[in-house]
Amino acid sequence: MDEPILSIRGLTKTYRNGPRALDNVDLDIRPGEIFALLGPNGAGKTTLIGAVCGLVRPSGGTIHAFGHDLSRDWRSARARIGLVPQELATDMFETVWRAVAYSQGLFGKPHNAARIEEILRSLSLWDKKDAQIRALSGGMKRRVLIAKALAHEPELLFLDEPTAGVDVELRKDMWEQIAALKQRGVTIILTTHYIEEAEEMADRVGIIQGGRIRMVDEKRAMMERLGTTEAVIDLTAPLTQLPEALAGFGAVLSEGGTRLTYRGGNGQGRGRAEVAQLAQALTRAGIGFTSLDIHDSSLEDIFVGLLGTEQEVA
Amino acid sequence: MHFNPRSAFAIYQREMARAFRTAFQSILAPVLTTSLYFVVFGSVIGARMEPVGGVPYGAFIIPGLLMLTLLGETTSNASFGIYMPRFTGTIYELLSAPVGVAETLAGFVGAAATKGLILAAIILATARLFVDYEIAYPLLAAVYIMLVASSFALFGFILGIWADSFEKLGIIPMLILTPLTFLGGTFYSIRDLPAPWDAVALVNPIAFLVSGLRFSFYGVADVPIAVSLGLTLGFLGLCTVIIAVIFRTGWRLRE
Repeated sequence: MDEPILSIRGLTKTYRNGPRALDNVDLDIRPGEIFALLGPNGAGKTTLIGAVCGLVRPSGGTIHAFGHDLSRDWRSARARIGLVPQELATDMFETVWRAVAYSQGLFGKPHNAARIEEILRSLSLWDKKDAQIRALSGGMKRRVLIAKALAHEPELLFLDEPTAGVDVELRKDMWEQIAALKQRGVTIILTTHYIEEAEEMADRVGIIQGGRIRMVDEKRAMMERLGTTEAVIDLTAPLTQLPEALAGFGAVLSEGGTRLTYRGGNGQGRGRAEVAQLAQALTRAGIGFTSLDIHDSSLEDIFVGLLGTEQEVA
Repeated sequence: MHFNPRSAFAIYQREMARAFRTAFQSILAPVLTTSLYFVVFGSVIGARMEPVGGVPYGAFIIPGLLMLTLLGETTSNASFGIYMPRFTGTIYELLSAPVGVAETLAGFVGAAATKGLILAAIILATARLFVDYEIAYPLLAAVYIMLVASSFALFGFILGIWADSFEKLGIIPMLILTPLTFLGGTFYSIRDLPAPWDAVALVNPIAFLVSGLRFSFYGVADVPIAVSLGLTLGFLGLCTVIIAVIFRTGWRLRE
């Protein structure tokens, strides 16, 4: 396996007079992957990003990026890291072009108009290059922040809630942009409000809660391990008990014997296959049904189940 | 020591662009204020005043008025320049960039010094409309103006990092710098003050700055030019050390 592009060990952050925002965090990020960091409000996602990007002073632990210890060789590491912050923080009176050119220069790169043009075109900002940022919509401002973060061609890009406040169409557009960045070899770490975003894009998912990493795994493996399929079958006539032939499916009767509910599988197809077998067994047993509703658990179901809370993910 | 000139130049360009974007506030407002001083104190009252140290009163007050505007504008400009990114959150970019204290200061302070020079040139041109004057040591005056502008840009930078509200941002220039400049011999020579006020006046460090600039203009000073230069350089060094410590510890910059 490749050496991690980012390696965090024992990272701790305690704010003055505040709670422990990060508690002994260990995390490795592989080159070229999209890593989604999920967690409820105040879980420590932004603090973790801030600690890597130099916005937060860690209380303990080590961070290595590209093999450089960030506490000593921070210049070499930061030159290769980009950050798109959660807040729409940019000089609102600046034009789009100047704002991106500033970022390019600030990171020590020579002025490269062709590169700026390429970035602005790829983010559909070219028409707005001479517009003041304050005149742009929220979604466009978010794109400007992404353009600024890409101006120095980072190899590791942090996206802190990249599609917050962005409408559905733009969001899908931005997913394509992020996928294109991955194609170009950029490693991406994103936190997101929308779990479907992580489900759509991430290679691996990390779940953080209370400053601790609860779980890190391949998205597919996580869904396979923790995912389930639920099928609700409404029967034409009530049953007092399940026939012997259906006992092995683990389905249960409810609603006065008119509803049969199945929960099982792995969220990656096994459950659906069992539901199909269950339906066939019902038919063979001469039991009619009026509807069959199947639901595979999403990453969100897994996430909520893991955290044991219904709180909004953010 | 690492120094990336491109990073420093990017900050410099941005600060200069900000000044030109707010040209009315940055340049025209101080020119108007200084013109009013010249009209009232230079032409109207100055015409009835005796020369001070052989220098006509209207010309005598030029270095003091220049210092008054320079200190206020440079401090405010630099403090605003770093406070606003902290306030709006745009400082994330500076903090996440491979930029150290050297590039940051070269950019911010270089821009503030440039703006100070431009401002001084405009004020001197404005003064020419009201009074005649000759600058005895123009090179010394230019260097001195740049030194003072740089020092107070650094001071403003510290102020902008220290302040956690707009009120605090304005309080030092308004309640400390302006009164000290007024009392620092802008409109009079502190030698003309009765004892013990002539000695008390020397507690005010701004008096040394006004005196130093006046020497470069007319060759007359309340205190030796070497003392004024030394004090200015000392202040410059002190502010630089404080900012280096701020960057090293991340005080009020990094959480």
